[in-house]
Amino acid sequence: MKRISSLIVVLSFLNFNFFGQSTFPTNGAPFNTHSIYAFVNATIYVDFETVIKKGTLLIQDGKVLNAAEKLEIPKNAIVYDLNGKFIYPSFIDLYSDYGMQEVKTFISGVGHRPVGTPQTESNVKGAYGWNQAIKADNEAVKIFISNKDKAEELKKTGFGVVLSCQKDGIVRGSGVLVNLGNKNENESIILDKAAGFYSFSKGTSAQEYPSSLTGSIALLRQTYYDALWYSQNKNKTEYNISLEGFNKIKDLPSIFEANDKYNALRAAKIGSEFNIKYIIKAGGNEYQRINDIQNTHLKYIVPLNFPIAYDVEDPFDAEAVSLADLKHWELAPTNPAAFEKNDIQFCLTSADLKDKGQFLTNLRKAVKYGLSEKMALKALTVNPAKFINEQDKMGALKKDFAANFFISNRSIFDNDASIMQNWVAGEPTVFSDINTPDIRGNYVLNTPDKNFKVKFSGDVNVPQAKITIDTTRKNLNYSFSNNLLAFSFSYDSTKAIRGTGNYNLENKFFEGKAQAANGEWFDFKLVFESTVDTATKAKPAEKKAELGKVIYPFNAYGEPLPEEQGLFKDQWNKFKNRYSAILIKNATVWTNSGDSVLEDHDVYIVEGKIVRIAKNIDAPKMAFAKIIDAKGKHLTPGIIDEHSHIALTAGVNEGTQASSAEVRMGDVLNPEDINIYRQLSGGVTTAQLLHGSANPIGGQSAIIKLRWGHTAEDLKYEKSDGFIKFALGENVKQSNWGDFNSTRFPQTRMGVEQVYNDYFTRAKEYHLQWQTFSKLNPKDIEKNKIVTPRRDLELDAMAEILNKKRFITCHSYVQSEINMLMHVADSFGFKVNTFTHILEGYKVADKMKAHGVSASTFSDWWAYKNEVVEAIPYNAAILTRMGVNTSMNSDDAEMARRLNQEAAKAIKYGGLTEAEALKLVTLNPAKMLHIDDKVGSIKVGKVADVVLWSDNPLSVYAIADKTIIDGQIYFDREEDAKLKQYIKTERARIIAKLLLEKQKGGKVEKLKSKHERLYHCNTLEGIDEELTGQR
Amino acid sequence: MNKTMEKISKMVNPPNPLRPGGIAVYYNFVLILFILTCKDVNAQRTYSHIALINATAHIGNGKVIENSLVVINKNKLEIVSSITGIRLNPSSYDTIIDLSGKHIYPGLINTDNILGLHDAEAVRATKDFAEVGNINPHIRALIAYNTDNIIVPTVKTNGILYTQVTPREGLISGSSSIMALEGWNWEDAVFKADDGIHLNFPKAIKRKFTEEEGLSVATNKNYTTEINYLYKFFADAQAYCLMPTPAEKNIRFEAMRGVFNGTANLYLHTEKAKDILSAINFAIKYAIKKPVIVGGKESYKITSVLKKNNIPVMLNRVNDLPDNADDDVDIVFRTPYLLQKDSILFCLELEGDMEAMQSRNLPFNAGAAAAYGLTKEQALASITYNAAKILGVDKELGTLEEGKLASLVVSEGDILDMKTNNIILAYIAGKKVNLINKQTELYLKYKTKYGIK
Repeated sequence: MKRISSLIVVLSFLNFNFFGQSTFPTNGAPFNTHSIYAFVNATIYVDFETVIKKGTLLIQDGKVLNAAEKLEIPKNAIVYDLNGKFIYPSFIDLYSDYGMQEVKTFISGVGHRPVGTPQTESNVKGAYGWNQAIKADNEAVKIFISNKDKAEELKKTGFGVVLSCQKDGIVRGSGVLVNLGNKNENESIILDKAAGFYSFSKGTSAQEYPSSLTGSIALLRQTYYDALWYSQNKNKTEYNISLEGFNKIKDLPSIFEANDKYNALRAAKIGSEFNIKYIIKAGGNEYQRINDIQNTHLKYIVPLNFPIAYDVEDPFDAEAVSLADLKHWELAPTNPAAFEKNDIQFCLTSADLKDKGQFLTNLRKAVKYGLSEKMALKALTVNPAKFINEQDKMGALKKDFAANFFISNRSIFDNDASIMQNWVAGEPTVFSDINTPDIRGNYVLNTPDKNFKVKFSGDVNVPQAKITIDTTRKNLNYSFSNNLLAFSFSYDSTKAIRGTGNYNLENKFFEGKAQAANGEWFDFKLVFESTVDTATKAKPAEKKAELGKVIYPFNAYGEPLPEEQGLFKDQWNKFKNRYSAILIKNATVWTNSGDSVLEDHDVYIVEGKIVRIAKNIDAPKMAFAKIIDAKGKHLTPGIIDEHSHIALTAGVNEGTQASSAEVRMGDVLNPEDINIYRQLSGGVTTAQLLHGSANPIGGQSAIIKLRWGHTAEDLKYEKSDGFIKFALGENVKQSNWGDFNSTRFPQTRMGVEQVYNDYFTRAKEYHLQWQTFSKLNPKDIEKNKIVTPRRDLELDAMAEILNKKRFITCHSYVQSEINMLMHVADSFGFKVNTFTHILEGYKVADKMKAHGVSASTFSDWWAYKNEVVEAIPYNAAILTRMGVNTSMNSDDAEMARRLNQEAAKAIKYGGLTEAEALKLVTLNPAKMLHIDDKVGSIKVGKVADVVLWSDNPLSVYAIADKTIIDGQIYFDREEDAKLKQYIKTERARIIAKLLLEKQKGGKVEKLKSKHERLYHCNTLEGIDEELTGQR
Repeated sequence: MNKTMEKISKMVNPPNPLRPGGIAVYYNFVLILFILTCKDVNAQRTYSHIALINATAHIGNGKVIENSLVVINKNKLEIVSSITGIRLNPSSYDTIIDLSGKHIYPGLINTDNILGLHDAEAVRATKDFAEVGNINPHIRALIAYNTDNIIVPTVKTNGILYTQVTPREGLISGSSSIMALEGWNWEDAVFKADDGIHLNFPKAIKRKFTEEEGLSVATNKNYTTEINYLYKFFADAQAYCLMPTPAEKNIRFEAMRGVFNGTANLYLHTEKAKDILSAINFAIKYAIKKPVIVGGKESYKITSVLKKNNIPVMLNRVNDLPDNADDDVDIVFRTPYLLQKDSILFCLELEGDMEAMQSRNLPFNAGAAAAYGLTKEQALASITYNAAKILGVDKELGTLEEGKLASLVVSEGDILDMKTNNIILAYIAGKKVNLINKQTELYLKYKTKYGIK
């Protein structure tokens, strides 16, 4: 052992000549040294799991020579005795903006636009790509400027190496791996392009597109395709700096800023489309869906920004803080532990913490909430190193690893621990003196007036000082550094003494000069008398925090899983699929087959399907069957809302261009929207989530079932046809958007027609191009240098319409434009599927019938803008009478929970029969959505999406008692009462905890609570729709 | 019933032409309509003594009379009673209308609404409900009330006969007036001018929207400023109003006199429990005689305080979403019941998104309240009798009681249920109401075009 270590020493000397070369001239003689440092008697963490008690660490020239229990220390080594102290490999942060320029995020949207016309094109000059948010060519290495203060802040919390990137844009270019050493930039950079960075946020780009999350996702997707096409056709098409940049970073480790559990899942989905395993920057709420996070099989960078407590002293104000916020406050510190428990690879980051000093405190909190110390260290050292393939150079204190480590006075997980020194690349940054002598003891201070007793006790590094004046003990103000003591105190109300003196280590006394109360100087001496008890008291083991459960979904009316053990999936199935069969007895059954309403009938549901409708069906004998006594109640098919904007995240409109056919509402589902539950309570089982109406060609729709508690993907209606939103009229020509918005084409109904003409013409050619190309022989492509067609997601969607694989739902009001779109469709050989809103449909009902288009209208809305002054509530009745398949829709989260009543208005206005009226919100919309083979009526073989009502479902007095989807009960008045009680007790429990936190002096935050935004057709990002007041 | 009576009643009370099963052929309808309208012009003279018989009369104060006799004499209700045992002398009446199976209600009263102050919401030129400035007590809504407004006729047809035309925005928006939905001009239509001042009480917590945080609620930074501003204005106004002849006339202060001397209501628009408490404190501080809480979404949380101070509530939309995710899903539906249970005087109002157009859904808001705990008659009272009481017009309006104005509607079925609400006859102060509007006309026009029955 001895021989080996001395050999290492010798070898390192042989290497001598390779060190210290620099391209930089020195002003004066260089300071280069090649000293060996030896740290002895320390508790050394060689890596997260290997600990040497009383070990030695040898370093030289920025590298570790060795770390072991016993090492021969070279004679010329500089030795630090670290008795009782700890050495850890420095932490690595993969998500930093250290050394980058400050990024001021541009707030997009009409309401925030600076005065002037909207910026539709990129304002970056040069051979860059079309969208300013794609900053793939950014190289952090080129803008990196080290910052001493920021570096110290990070080093003080244990970091030694960070991966830095300019956090700006959807594609952010490459990040640079740097150490936080004291040398210049050239010597701080470890790896110039360590990773590529991505996000959903467009950052400083003031370009209009994208203005929504769904737009950001579409842009990213398209960029992957463009970059591929660009590389396939190198030198055959344009030169594009942004795509060049993109192709350069594509194969680096890819770090995706998701900052949220659902965004993490969204990023993972994009990754899987392009075969990229992102490293996801998490947001801190992943524990709320940890099973789905685990199923991404990705690596995560997890922040430690736990919410601070809310001020809940005022009971009325506190009601604005939601159960979800309260629970998140309580459970956020369990987030890192949840990653560990579920075997998800992760590292930790100081990102998202404004005060980096909070990092260690929060790390300890995470440990207290279940994260193991070992994993905490791993997540800060070995894991981040491994994620960027640097595990052979950093993250541990092994031979030839970077000499990045810090010294702490005690275990870093100890609440009182502080970092004394942080060595980066062999250079120390000193925060407190590791050589401070132990001055603890009882002393006597001699002054000409009288003598005082002084006591230093407590922490060896920063002892507390007390002085006894007569019989009273007071704190003594003092400082002690570099062996020099300074103190001051006052006594007898008017007298004060101040002094400064040296410490005599051998004889344990201080002596120096002091100034007495009368202003005279005198020699003082502080003489050691006796030792004090220095044994640290064993702290009582902290009680494990009592915590509430995670609820699904993480919002009010979510439920905890019944038991904690077992596989999540099994548990989940048991939880959400409780019933294998449901028998509904003696109901009035509105079958929707003709006008048939069956009195006193039973409906038998097995495994989610309706299997029998008859009188007196025998009780099922299988396990997990439920029998519902429905005497006096009415059973109808579930309500289907053809036009909804609930359950969407960050924007309903990507209305920044005349067409946004490439965006998909299915990308931005929010399964936690409380409106899902509220609408279940109104009997809604299925909804079509549409893009807004800000542009002639909107985005692709998502059809969902209101499966409260499930994930976004599970909300989606299985294998439904594709739909797309179109829009006509005032919204698309921006009539009511203010005077600034008068430049985007189109501004008239005339222009709208030509937008369609243009896109469909191009889509036709695009489709043809691909058809021709797919028939070519690959050899010919090569030989003739044929340019591959570019995959265009927008034209893909348009071509799908032409090929009858995607269907149009068109927002429309005025007869002229309705007529126009039908003509456009006819001329391109397809049919419009549905006109939605269609308030003047009654004027062209005959033409609509001839075209075969459906109508989905409002019952009685009108007069909210000029194009709806001729709207009449008899619309639905006329259309129905004319044989047009007609429905009532909501476009409104409130109205959707009483769509049955809206349907009933067609009885009042126009005299539909009750059976006809019910179909307006059940079977007819099912037909429009092409799902009437499965839902929309109560029929043997159909899916059991049914609602049990307290009264005639078309009466204002009817209340949905149970809402059943797929044969499972998703809403039940009885269960609802229990959930209300759960909300009440959980709130009370957590609020009591918060009050205790405030009493203990913890930080509290003035109330602030997020609300889900209610979207309408015309909701534009950046504008509170209350301000616009139009649909 | 003798033959003459039957004949008359058929003419005056045609089956609703807007529904199938009514008059089969369009020209027939037009003909009769023509006769009716012609008659109607001088109807005021011809039919001033009218007997409505055999309907179910919903009095508005909770009472119901099956097989009723309701007699209109000129502009007043002469008789409201059960018809059982009464023999009518047909010659004493200009007309006797048999309303068997139908329902009579007091004309519904729409409170706190901009109905009549705009046509199309998005068209700026048609908007007349929000004036510039923060303290505008001198602003009077009635003079902008347009009797030829396009929305008003579509509201009448659902049974609403009166509206409180109300200005919006600012801290003090101005004064409202109560209008009949019939009239040649606003002078003609006004029932009670300047019934009260509308004050939008500052919100301690405000909703805000930012790109970074989305929709959130946070403490209102301007709260103290706004509150202080209001307190100062009221102190000044009160001092001014104490002087019989002020040295310098101030039209804003002059407009406040009614609020201090009790001839006008002070409408405190406020939703949250805490704000309502502050508003009540405010009203007490200035010894406001007739304060009314308008909106009152969380009034159910502080019913004891409202009760103690005898303050009524104009409750905003029953068809609305709860404010918070954690709230009971049905809390807004249930709020009327919770107020009723604690004996708070309340009526329903519809302030908010598209409120003018939504006025025609007032009965269905009441119906929804009945689905969640109120009796149907209590629900009816919340849009008739209670509204009249709060507005201070219950001596003449709000119920079917003898001596009150003959402002009533007749519906084929339950007026609170959209399935059965079908107004076939209405009178405002004894004068027959025209139930044709642009929408019914368009309906007929296109039915004819398509030949639909």
